[in-house]
Amino acid sequence: MSADQDELRERAPAGLRADTTIDTVGLCCPVPIIRTAEAMKRIAAGSVLEVISDDRVILIDMPAWCRSTGHRYLGARRADDAFHLFVKKAEGARS
Amino acid sequence: MTAETGRRIKAIGLISGGLDSTLAARALVEQGIDVVGIHFSTGFCMNDHRRALDRPGEDPRRMRNEGLRAGADLQIPIEVLDAGEAYLKMVLNPRHGYGKRANPCIDCRIYMIHGAADYMREHGGDFIFTGEVLGQRPMSQHMQALCLIEKECGIEGYLLRPLSAHHLPPTKPEELGWVDRSRLMGISGRSRKEQMALSEQWGLKDYPQPSGGCCFLADESFARRFHDKRDHTPVDSIKREEMILLKVGRHFRLSPAVKIIVARDASENQFLTRFAGLGWSFEALDTGSPLTLAEGEPDEPTRRLIASITARYSDRRNQPLVEVAARRGDTEERLFVPPVADSALEGWRI
Repeated sequence: MSADQDELRERAPAGLRADTTIDTVGLCCPVPIIRTAEAMKRIAAGSVLEVISDDRVILIDMPAWCRSTGHRYLGARRADDAFHLFVKKAEGARS
Repeated sequence: MTAETGRRIKAIGLISGGLDSTLAARALVEQGIDVVGIHFSTGFCMNDHRRALDRPGEDPRRMRNEGLRAGADLQIPIEVLDAGEAYLKMVLNPRHGYGKRANPCIDCRIYMIHGAADYMREHGGDFIFTGEVLGQRPMSQHMQALCLIEKECGIEGYLLRPLSAHHLPPTKPEELGWVDRSRLMGISGRSRKEQMALSEQWGLKDYPQPSGGCCFLADESFARRFHDKRDHTPVDSIKREEMILLKVGRHFRLSPAVKIIVARDASENQFLTRFAGLGWSFEALDTGSPLTLAEGEPDEPTRRLIASITARYSDRRNQPLVEVAARRGDTEERLFVPPVADSALEGWRI
């Protein structure tokens, strides 16, 4: 896993905590997005999902998925040699 | 557009993220239709493979998921579906055969449109659309093929191709007034000029290069390996992992029962390491070396040959003898071999 600093320009706010976490480390595209979509169906609107991934391109795909579905991308941070991405489930999202 | 009941019309479309499918979706969004995109992950996408290798310095935009990018640009939801084992079975046994390479384009379209129809039945929707363009691709986009695909999918009249609509009979969505046919297009052929003009008109600038091709099944080198695999393996026993390995490294067939894969760089070495436990693997010792994987059960002379080939691609290729480790499970052999001559390699190369 590697990422330039500017890939993390959408940083998750400090102290942000997730209601649910899924670990997709080691899984290749597009499985992490498929798992994210499945997880979002199980949580309530307003809840925050944390997705852990070691795939640097998910920093492009996840915001795109959020723009397409209407969920809110809150940003990402790096920890334990993985990316931690945060998504807030929107009321009446398209998916 | 609304149905007679006043509810909004919903279209389910196949979205690869290429220019054509993006424009087809946009043409319907322009008419006020709710659009849901289905993006199939087939396991044969070159972007996904670049991503799995993640070579240093690779531009992440070349590895992004174009279906998601299109969904974001168009503000339409994208459902990413894993095509799975059923897709692999179709690829290995296409009812309508292969194109010039290993591309079963007609069966692939039928598979995906079936999938979209299943999604529509489960989640609701009024019709299916695709970005197909009449006459653009020799195997799957001539008039006869377009009609065949629609018929075999069992959705006759409910499959709209917005980009070529004026060349095709009116569909039910057009006849029922859900879609304004006059606002659809009459594009045909291989030129992308009209698509480029439309993308300019609609402000769509960030899309993959038109006709660049991102499917391994249409790639000449991959196709040689694919057909070699089919020729030497009972087709019904071929697994997804074997297809993944066809994308990586240099491939040499040493006998009907033994084939090897030699990594080309550090990223491929790392990638192949995941599969090293499946059989024999080879590596030159104390030097830069490719990882070589063997498929089949090489006997002792064949293991020496594989070691020689591995030595040829190691950093000690100019040495008279190279020490190579051959490993299988807990077994390890040390072989001292001369690097094989380049002239001998070509007869085995797939």
